[in-house]
Amino acid sequence: MESGDRSWEVFIQKKPGLSFKHVGNCHGYDKKMAVQNARDLYTRRGEGRALWVVPTEAIVSVPLDNADAFFDPSEDKAYRHATFYKIPDGVSHL
Amino acid sequence: MDKFEQAFNEIIEKDLKVEPRDWMPEKYRKTLIRQISQHAHSEVIGMQPEGNWLLRAPSLRSKQVLLAKIQDEAGHGLYLYSVAETLGISRQEMNEQLHSGEAKYSSIFNYPTLTWADMGAVGWLVDGAAIVNQVSLQRTSYGPYSRGMVRICKEESFHQRQGYEIMVQMANGTPEQKEMAQDALNRFWEPSLMMFGPHDADSAHSSQSMEWKIKRESNDHLRQRFIDRTVPQAHYLGLTIPDENLKFNEETGHWETSPFNWDEFWNVVNGNGPCNRERLDHHKKAHHDNAWVREAAAAYAAKTETSVA
Repeated sequence: MESGDRSWEVFIQKKPGLSFKHVGNCHGYDKKMAVQNARDLYTRRGEGRALWVVPTEAIVSVPLDNADAFFDPSEDKAYRHATFYKIPDGVSHL
Repeated sequence: MDKFEQAFNEIIEKDLKVEPRDWMPEKYRKTLIRQISQHAHSEVIGMQPEGNWLLRAPSLRSKQVLLAKIQDEAGHGLYLYSVAETLGISRQEMNEQLHSGEAKYSSIFNYPTLTWADMGAVGWLVDGAAIVNQVSLQRTSYGPYSRGMVRICKEESFHQRQGYEIMVQMANGTPEQKEMAQDALNRFWEPSLMMFGPHDADSAHSSQSMEWKIKRESNDHLRQRFIDRTVPQAHYLGLTIPDENLKFNEETGHWETSPFNWDEFWNVVNGNGPCNRERLDHHKKAHHDNAWVREAAAAYAAKTETSVA
């Protein structure tokens, strides 16, 4: 990459109250340029009212070849879901 | 076959998506980089024939619309460069490959845009052909490419309608305007059909790309879909498709065309089209002329590293 040019990951919030969603990345030399480029690239048609940019190198991810073992602890815990429990007939609001 | 290759094959077989961190065959990666960078360069170079009419647009409305469309093309180029970057090539390298001639862009942009009707023909035919191809690519096996295509297709349909609207205006205008519309169709018809690439039998990269589900439908199949959609649109305009052998086959339900002039196609691919040199020179010039902007931005960023946007 050219000196000073950085890649940024872009997150957009569609409406107040919704979570920010990753939409792609953009380039920019500094934070201000990154948010302006992200706006021009990803919100030309009112796609959002709030926007984050994060330096791409700041994203940490789980190595894929390790994913099975990493997420394994949640596989066998059905009791973490509401559907695991039996509620007697006639009881409501549960 | 090791477990990585097995996992890759399973993704392809089950119609799932390959993601950037997944293992993939080197040739799959290379094929994608070639195709996606070519696609990105096409979007970017494609701004030039349209930019040619920006300052001569016949009304403020048409100027605004054309400007928005060109801005979209820039955006599409950037989405695609971003997709290619996930495969381990930098934007700078892609630019260098474009400038050296190692990377290609769609030959259609090596034709000049001579009249305002060409803005109509480009939107209607060139973007129309691109849409047929891109809709199919929404199902490509590489996740970031597929998601990019979904986004691009959403925006691209405005381009085609914008083009057709110009064609309607010109075709229903003065006799001179109608003549311009017909002339634009005459010049862009065959090059648009050739945008889909060589016939399946002669396409160097096709079969492996189909196996890997990078491409989902063959060149000829996509081309036929475009022809079948476009012929009635031309008839509505009262224009004549410049092909005396064009006829509707009742049995197959498809429009049949004359064989294309492939010598012309390869001639333009190999750099001898009317505008090849001009397009590339212009891109190089803009890139070099703006070097000071990149330097200033880098210097500013280094000084204000801690600033908040």
